Amino acid sequence: MRVEVTVNGQRREAEVEPRLLLVHLIREVFRLTGTHIGCDTTHCGACTVLLDGRPVKSCTLFAVQADGRALLTVEGLEQDGTLHPVQAAFMAEHGLQCGYCTPGMLMTSYAFLQAHARPTEAEIRAAISGNLCRCTGYVNIVKAIEHAAARLREGAA
Amino acid sequence: MGSDPTPRTSAEVGGMGHSLRRKEDPRFIRGKGTYVDDIQLPEMLHLDLVRSPYAHARIVKIDTAKALATRGVLAVITGADLAKYNLHWMPTLMSDTQMVLPVDRVMYQAQEVAAVLATDRYAAADGVDAVEVQYEALPVVVDPRKALAPDAPVLRTDKKDKRDNHIWHWEWGDRTATDRAFREAAVTVKQDIYLPRIHVASIETCGCVAHFDKVSGKLTVWMTTQAPHAIRTVFALVAGHVGLEEHKIRIISPDIGGGFGGKVPVYPGYVIAVAASVLTGKPVKWVEDRMENLQADSFARDYHITAELAATREGRLTALRIKTLADHGYTDAAANPSKFPAGLFHICTGSYDLQAAHVEVDGIYTNKPPGGIAYRCSFRVTEAVHTIERMVDLMAHQLGTDPAEFRLKNFIRPEQFPYRSALGWEYDSGNYAGALRKAMDRIGYAALRREQAERRADGELMGIGISSFTEIVGAGPSKHFDILGLKMFDSCEIRIHPTGKAIARFGTKSQGQGHETTYAQILAEELGIPAAHIQVEEGDTDTAPYGLGTYASRSTPVAGAAAAVAARKIRDKARKIAAHLLEAAEEDLVWEPGKFSVRGSPARAKTIQEIALAAYTNHPPGLEAGLEAVSYYDPPNLTYPFGSYVCVVDIDRGTGEVRIRRFVAVDDCGNIINPMIVDGQIHGGLTMGLAPALYEEISYDEQGNVRGGSFVDYLLPTAVETPRWETDKTVTPSPHHPLGAKGVGESATVGAPAAIANAVVDALWHLGVRHVDIPITPAKVWKLLREHGVTE
Repeated sequence: MRVEVTVNGQRREAEVEPRLLLVHLIREVFRLTGTHIGCDTTHCGACTVLLDGRPVKSCTLFAVQADGRALLTVEGLEQDGTLHPVQAAFMAEHGLQCGYCTPGMLMTSYAFLQAHARPTEAEIRAAISGNLCRCTGYVNIVKAIEHAAARLREGAA
Repeated sequence: MGSDPTPRTSAEVGGMGHSLRRKEDPRFIRGKGTYVDDIQLPEMLHLDLVRSPYAHARIVKIDTAKALATRGVLAVITGADLAKYNLHWMPTLMSDTQMVLPVDRVMYQAQEVAAVLATDRYAAADGVDAVEVQYEALPVVVDPRKALAPDAPVLRTDKKDKRDNHIWHWEWGDRTATDRAFREAAVTVKQDIYLPRIHVASIETCGCVAHFDKVSGKLTVWMTTQAPHAIRTVFALVAGHVGLEEHKIRIISPDIGGGFGGKVPVYPGYVIAVAASVLTGKPVKWVEDRMENLQADSFARDYHITAELAATREGRLTALRIKTLADHGYTDAAANPSKFPAGLFHICTGSYDLQAAHVEVDGIYTNKPPGGIAYRCSFRVTEAVHTIERMVDLMAHQLGTDPAEFRLKNFIRPEQFPYRSALGWEYDSGNYAGALRKAMDRIGYAALRREQAERRADGELMGIGISSFTEIVGAGPSKHFDILGLKMFDSCEIRIHPTGKAIARFGTKSQGQGHETTYAQILAEELGIPAAHIQVEEGDTDTAPYGLGTYASRSTPVAGAAAAVAARKIRDKARKIAAHLLEAAEEDLVWEPGKFSVRGSPARAKTIQEIALAAYTNHPPGLEAGLEAVSYYDPPNLTYPFGSYVCVVDIDRGTGEVRIRRFVAVDDCGNIINPMIVDGQIHGGLTMGLAPALYEEISYDEQGNVRGGSFVDYLLPTAVETPRWETDKTVTPSPHHPLGAKGVGESATVGAPAAIANAVVDALWHLGVRHVDIPITPAKVWKLLREHGVTE
């Protein structure tokens, strides 16, 4: 089947099997390997991308379900050589270690912060509860999201 | 004891003590890391595995016809195919044997039965579905206690003359003195403790891309491994007879998405992928999915422990006695130093000054996948710490003494270091009371005890738990530590470029620990070259010096020491060059980070950058050009990080749920390279301590069916369950490590479970509860509450 997807602002087309998972379209057809695979049961969130602005776990969607829609992956966060504040905050607060869950965490955080300018710690923790991290104990991820929220508020002011 | 000493180097140089931002992060936050599954090569084939639904069965027949007729499927590989090359079995690190693919029998559920090679991963999965295997079920042995019964089926019939399921007996310590101490003891406590099977579950599963170049005869394997050099040697030893010699093997461990011990072993999938690439001459990718990872990769723990502790009437601990059944699954594929079949379990006297101790462990075969790897832990140290910390708590409660006071009374005192333990270890340094007092102050221990008494009077269940652990890491001195004969040194090779920048390569392999940053900081500290100017590389056996890899918190203690020693060799040569440039005697030169100056005339100086340039442009007569060094560091002793954790829990009387209200962790890992990274390691370690304490377990039913084989029922803590950890530190340098550092990656995993378990028992002690095995699930606590009449 033919799918047409806008990926990080660029229109891409591909001929795919109906059963191809969205995560494999992203990783193996479009060769955007920042989106990772960590489980097969929609638990770990390493494969989180934004589909029409909403975070989805791309291991649990078929590629054809993205037909005609817009995808944002971790590779699309940086704009014109400038990191998105959420990326910069993860670096500044040591919000990552092995880096494997990081793209999914970033995408979830990015979407969450669009809708929550002043999140509480409990809201942040609930927001990332669909993304597993084995390295950081989440402490610095929470700090990074708080940090990014502050930067985004400054930017909006 | 102190904390946060001022760094010796400037922020620009970024030596030890600076919270330098990580060099790894720019690629990771852009999604530009390179993990094994990111590698895609032209004409690459995909391997997928048929796995056994039975825990123990005879393979009657494997019919591959339908699979071979499936679109995209090129081949199905069975044990019989590998047997032609004598590759159907492979040795384990503990000199046992393990199947690559079975010829006639499967020994655990999810065991590899056949491999399908196809043009893409979907076709490979189709092929797996189409392979028809006929099994004849055999009796299953799941419980290691039952495995020892005289009528238990013998599992390893492949071993000639094997008549039972007993693998080995190991004991350590003075049995006579220990037995005597127990006879003379005024008070003893005894407890059965089970530490269940758990899985490291790094978010990246295991896999590889094997590429055999038929023209050059060279095999390159990108592989999720924590120990690339040892893997290369193992491959050469296993497959040398089919032409894979060590100079023709290159192992590349690219970015690794968490290891924690699970990426030390050689899994059958790797070997089959290599065989498939050699046979086809094409690159072959094998990446396991999460269920394969949880069900078939090596597991940790599964220790059935019976512990006894003896004390005087005054509450002075005297002796410890432990007997353990170690469930190893169907083969002993533990990742231990060769001389230590139970790892470093004999660190079990912990932080306490005991007169005598004796430990016995028996390794047992069962119908489970191989066990005995670490779960972010140095060779069974968590098992040891959990045992002693539970027992000390039990004794304190039994004597009616506050568990903090009881520990303070029985700790090894600072002036006793270096301290020889009853089981023969020489602890390098410690101040256990200092760490515990700091943790108690930070959490407000006395006030919490008052609050607990008030709440208890109101019928509420609140508990305070302590764990004062001592680790043993940094394996290890070559006298006692080897893996398959390979001594457990590690290495660093440094080259200083003419412009004063540098590259350094190591025998270890980071899996998230931040080696690219921390090793650069060590070199910045020693050489005064800014860390930003030092490129660190690991994980490519064609370029890096030989080393045993990263696990057991050994990178800083061993390879970090190698970095310091190699840097000091560079400095020795730099001194000669500086003397030549300054026309001064070598002994008249004074080093400060980044330059040599003439004693008494500080203006007469040469920077390390000037010296580096001279090494290539104006080297002294009689001295070779260039500025590089290598060190293979053989540690004189292990290091002994320690800490004290205090945890407060509230237990829901209705549901049995344990909620961690506060958790204070005071860690002492000696001198600190990067405080930010140390904190991050502790946060992560604490969470991997919380996980088995409250959530994670992989168990089996009577037929050997796995429970906990996916993330549906193997519960990793999310950000919601994980408390906001409170960390602090004391600094007691290691006297024998060149930098005074000890290693930190695993301390918290080792120390945390006992603090949580002790807090739960503390909350329930007045009801008559004496022990709860981890994971302390709501169901377990609810059952206890019912038994003790608290809830209906």
